[in-house]
Amino acid sequence: MDEQKKKVTFKIQGKSYEGVAEESLLGALRRYGYDVPSLCYHEAVSTYGSCRLCLVEVQKGRRKKLTTSCNYPVQEGIEVFVDTEKVIRHRKVVLELLLAVAPASEHIRQLAGQYGVDSTPYQIKDPENQCILCGLCSRVCHELVSAHAIDFSGRGTGKKMTAPYDETAEQCIGCGACVYVCPTDCIGIKEENNVRSIMRWHRDLPMKPCKQCGRAFAPTFQLMRFAEQINKDRSFFDQCPDCRK
Amino acid sequence: MAKIFKTPEELLQYVERVQAERDPHRKVITVCAGTGCCAYGSMKLADGIEKVISEKKLADEVGLKRTGCHGFCEQGPLVVVQPQGILYRKVKTQDIEEILDITVKKGDVIERLLYRDADGKQYQKEEDVPFYKNQMRLLLANNGLVDPNNIDDYLAVGGYRALAKVLGRMQPEETLAWIQKSGLRGRGGGGFPAGVKWESCRKAPSANGLRYIICNADEGDPGAFMDRSLMEGNPHSVIEGMLIGAWAIGYPGKPQGYVYIRNEYPLAVERLSVALQQAREKGLLGKNILGSGLDFDININRGGGAFVCGESTALMASIEGFVGEPRSKHIHTVVSGLFNQPTNLNNVETWANVPLIIEKGIEWYTSIGTGDVSENPWGGSKGTKIFALVGKVNNTGLVEVPMGTTLRHIIYDIGGGIPAGKRFKAVQTGGPSGGCIPESMLDLPVDFDKLTEAGSMMGSGGMIVMDETTCMVDVARYFIQFLADESCGKCTTCREGLRQLGLIIEKITNGQAQEQDLDLLDELSSTVAEGSLCALGTTAPNPLLSTLRYFREEYEEHVRERKCRAKVCKSLIRFSVIEENCTGCMLCMKKCPTGAAQGEKKEVHKIEQEKCIKCGICDEVCNFNAILVE
Amino acid sequence: MDGAMLDAIIDKYERNPANLLAILQDIQKEENYLPKEDIKTLSKKLGVPLSRIYGLATFFSSFSLEPRGKHICTVCMGTACHVRGAPKLVEKIQRDFDVPPGSTTPDMQVTLETVNCVGACALGPLVILDGEYHGNMNSAKLDRILKPLKKE
Repeated sequence: MDEQKKKVTFKIQGKSYEGVAEESLLGALRRYGYDVPSLCYHEAVSTYGSCRLCLVEVQKGRRKKLTTSCNYPVQEGIEVFVDTEKVIRHRKVVLELLLAVAPASEHIRQLAGQYGVDSTPYQIKDPENQCILCGLCSRVCHELVSAHAIDFSGRGTGKKMTAPYDETAEQCIGCGACVYVCPTDCIGIKEENNVRSIMRWHRDLPMKPCKQCGRAFAPTFQLMRFAEQINKDRSFFDQCPDCRK
Repeated sequence: MAKIFKTPEELLQYVERVQAERDPHRKVITVCAGTGCCAYGSMKLADGIEKVISEKKLADEVGLKRTGCHGFCEQGPLVVVQPQGILYRKVKTQDIEEILDITVKKGDVIERLLYRDADGKQYQKEEDVPFYKNQMRLLLANNGLVDPNNIDDYLAVGGYRALAKVLGRMQPEETLAWIQKSGLRGRGGGGFPAGVKWESCRKAPSANGLRYIICNADEGDPGAFMDRSLMEGNPHSVIEGMLIGAWAIGYPGKPQGYVYIRNEYPLAVERLSVALQQAREKGLLGKNILGSGLDFDININRGGGAFVCGESTALMASIEGFVGEPRSKHIHTVVSGLFNQPTNLNNVETWANVPLIIEKGIEWYTSIGTGDVSENPWGGSKGTKIFALVGKVNNTGLVEVPMGTTLRHIIYDIGGGIPAGKRFKAVQTGGPSGGCIPESMLDLPVDFDKLTEAGSMMGSGGMIVMDETTCMVDVARYFIQFLADESCGKCTTCREGLRQLGLIIEKITNGQAQEQDLDLLDELSSTVAEGSLCALGTTAPNPLLSTLRYFREEYEEHVRERKCRAKVCKSLIRFSVIEENCTGCMLCMKKCPTGAAQGEKKEVHKIEQEKCIKCGICDEVCNFNAILVE
Repeated sequence: MDGAMLDAIIDKYERNPANLLAILQDIQKEENYLPKEDIKTLSKKLGVPLSRIYGLATFFSSFSLEPRGKHICTVCMGTACHVRGAPKLVEKIQRDFDVPPGSTTPDMQVTLETVNCVGACALGPLVILDGEYHGNMNSAKLDRILKPLKKE
């Protein structure tokens, strides 16, 4: 383990930098202010490498290759190039593909625009779609929230992000972490009449009113789960966080 | 007999006894029990032979053996009468009595059942038939001799002698050095030197000594069935190879074995399970194997029908009970693979090569094949390679040849050329990761590097011959569609890229494409190949790019002239009746599913274009060649 | 599937989630498909999230989440079968039984499936009807083997 945490020196665009061995190259690039786009990466969860936007070229010894930077482990002596002809060419195609898959996403349109891509030569499957199957929502749900409510289903061009059987996500606690982390804002959350709805997973959860101030502050199902997880009596969540202080 | 061999000597003594008990002159009827022959009814045939032998009370005179795949699947069911080695093909149950009365009893040959080549020349012995004569069958040598369900058969032909040799007098390091010097390269597709992989895995740190030895039997390339036949026909050769690997890579630690095998291969699963059990009963798997101190056993994991699971990291994820999504290999699987332990994965055919190398030596092995591997393990391709020769070729089946054999030799001398007087167009190698090679390159010597240079790859060894009735655009469409379905769907470039490539090709086959669509294919292919994570994605455009490279004129014809010269692409063809040939027999009318074929009895028929769905059934059923496809 | 049988299958694989694929294969072997209730029970018994099992069952093409027909007709779509005309066979069955690939006729008689190569390429094009291999198929032979299915 100690071995892995050791400091290493490497180059970005010809300049020398320090990093920690095995850390995500994308994380390091961002730390040093390099502009590398990405949609499926978040430092709080495991890297997945699905969106293919964070492409860079890495030279290791004599070999120079194109790779995604999010899942590339920083190593001593590597040289990183973020704006080679190859990187720019392939990034453009990736953005065009994303525009075709999620034409309804304003975020994707803006991001593509930033890199000079305003249209796509590819066929649009679903004009309403905004999801790019980056998988951040399910990684957050599994790794951070431990609700395991949603996951990928199917494969290939039939791959989807769904609750089991495309039905209501019965394990969803309505925490909204997936909504927060989604890069294209395509999950949806709303609160009406003391019911919180996570729209994409068809989940409607009645919210619990605070015994003291009466404000409905969180889904009851969520509070039950939390109580289980932290081994507290259910009455622990009778009050809202403000009144509990 | 459940005797456990405690030392290599005990094993060898047993082998001598088994061999001595066997009468080399005994008459035996062998029936091929490979999947191909089974589908032609060989098991029923074998049961029938057994019955007649007992009815005629011939059990003392002649034996019956159900063997592994003989490879000449086209001619099944295959029967070979030993010891003469007389080959009968397309044998039916009504031939059984005759075979017993004439061939077994009298020693005469039944000419009707002999193989005849295209020129009408007749062959008696299996070894003389051009299909076999032009091969070098090392791995497949015993397939037709052993009963895969009987370990004694394998022992009798020298099986497990290589294991006895390494466990008796070779250190793991020495064993490893042999594999390195042999130049053996992975038969699963990439051709990575096995010795290099083995060494990395042996050297990788493992706190608890656990190292996984995996056999990749997820033979997913459509058109390839070499691994299936090895597992069905000679499963112990694979087990022996893995045992030797466990010794070289994992001893003195704790090696553990897995075979990941396709669910579509039920017979192979069954035969391998039986073989594993028999090996355990003899102490060839388990604790302290042959007194060497090596503990090793092998689990079977069945796949679930996913091509991508042939990729090593996806395969390992699947064994762990997860979906088969590949992960990046910046940290190699030999260091951290299955359950994050050092893992060595080779495919079935690679493992089957290992006992041969140990048994016959490095010098012998390196004398077969191309190049020089003494300095550089990538310097050549050594040994033989098994190909599944299929498609539009006369002698379909399994073919084993030395590396470096030309495509022409394989397709024409062994395969007997193209059927029905049609013209050769291309041969597709390497499965969906490979490419199509044109006629001008038929003299290409086949090895790992030459095929890659030609824009294809060795792959696991499928070789699909295509003739003038195969449309190359349609072939590209087929593979891209295949991969779009089989992609795990993780990478945008692979999932969406393949979907878009498929849509563009479909436009071409529908006659709706523009010239610039061909450029778009080029540009997108490049991103799919360079921007995807695993080998499925990075090689996915190969079938498209190779056909664009060698058959661009066919693409251009589809685009510019809206023409499909192979008459495959439905939107570009039209069916009509050739009036002078039509006898008015009404057969096409009866069979036409939409009522498009019309007419009166004994009068010339016609095909109503609006109703025609171009299913081609009229052409297929017409006995008078009266349907014109244009 | 009753609880005892499901338990027996899970026990056979040492209640180990790593053996999920094998457990699902055994359930399908018994039931001919993966019934939703069994999957939900399995999730609870093994302590594996339903979302993960559903993901696995939909990723691998050998699993069916819908009940399958009395007869299963599988057309091999390997390359060798493709160049020898397999697509025409699929189209014909689809037409004759009015069932798209991957689906079952409303009367639950016939399920039409495709498979990406079973490795019997020398026999192509190949149709597997209820486990039995039929090689070198054409429309006439197809009519012959499928005829009994139409009458039932």
